[in-house]
Amino acid sequence: MLPTPSTSHASFDNIYEPAEDSYLLLDTLSSKAESTFLTQRFHPTGPSPLILEVGVGSGVVLAFAAANAKVIFGHSDVAVLGVDVNPFAAKTAVQTIAIALKDLKVKPITLGAVLADLTSSLRPGEVDVLIFNPPYVPTEPLSATSSIPSEAMLDSHATFERDSKLLELSYAGGVNGMETTNRLLEQLPDVLSERGVAYVLLCAQNKPEDVKASIRQWPGSWKAETVGSSGKTASWEKLCVLRIWRDVVP
Amino acid sequence: MKILTLNFLCCARKTCKSSPASFPLHPKEASLEQIETDINALFIKNILPRLDWEAMKTLTIELGLPALPTEPPSPEALEDPDSGEPSQTLKDLHQLLMETSIESGALRCGNCDHEYAVKEGIANFLLPSHMV
Repeated sequence: MLPTPSTSHASFDNIYEPAEDSYLLLDTLSSKAESTFLTQRFHPTGPSPLILEVGVGSGVVLAFAAANAKVIFGHSDVAVLGVDVNPFAAKTAVQTIAIALKDLKVKPITLGAVLADLTSSLRPGEVDVLIFNPPYVPTEPLSATSSIPSEAMLDSHATFERDSKLLELSYAGGVNGMETTNRLLEQLPDVLSERGVAYVLLCAQNKPEDVKASIRQWPGSWKAETVGSSGKTASWEKLCVLRIWRDVVP
Repeated sequence: MKILTLNFLCCARKTCKSSPASFPLHPKEASLEQIETDINALFIKNILPRLDWEAMKTLTIELGLPALPTEPPSPEALEDPDSGEPSQTLKDLHQLLMETSIESGALRCGNCDHEYAVKEGIANFLLPSHMV
């Protein structure tokens, strides 16, 4: 087993704390099947892959991907970038990645983190691996006008309100838990490179079979498969990771 | 944020995506810092084909940094022919792309003129809902 990056420097008052879903992503990315797939896809002599995590949170998943890039992607020359709407998460993720890479002799390149809505700030066609652990819990429909709280100094009550709001953004998925994930899926054909691969985590209530069927209908021979799963079989908490990609034209 | 990061970012507004002017973003009142990092020679070699060289040249001019050559260096120019060690060309690229960072300032879209703030090295691309 590859080591899990330390997040002991993080405050989980306002950042999503690594949980079963995070660990499922780590296990999936480092599984024999996925590292074989990715190593073949990103030929060792090819251009450096760009790895993006959307909703990077504490940074535990992206730090893991960076620190173990040689094993997972067959490249020690990856570049990693994190995106989040939460300013505390963006800062913490940068630290988590720096700590995870500290003792490596050949360090992957960290491009830092930016505050943004999903992939809106990315140049089209550049992302080679996109990782997304979405807010997937079914809730009331998400409000379109909800603003992102800032990190301004606040009194203790306002701080509590702000932190609650930031944590809610990390899990509340709206109708079927799919409102944010659907927006991300719509962006994939534009943001992924030709060789791009997305890993998206879902729970059973997100209806992963329906999600896969719909992706396979996208124009341009898209594929979607379940490549990792965990949790109680009969419960809605059952989690899975979809791999979404298209065949590379030789 | 590293100068290299700007190679992968553009304006966050949907209406700007199709405009070539939305990339690269133009630094404004940028406060730069040098953050020393280890050289990953393989990375420099393998990221070269992914760089938008014209955009990188524009950025160095706008930031008042030493000008880049007209054409991107060839892979052979990145190592010393005798020792195989990183060449000065590679070291210069490393310093520009990996070590030169925008600590604070703003990034302006050449299409819509919207400015994104950079604070403590983190750029903020969140838009008010009427601008999305």
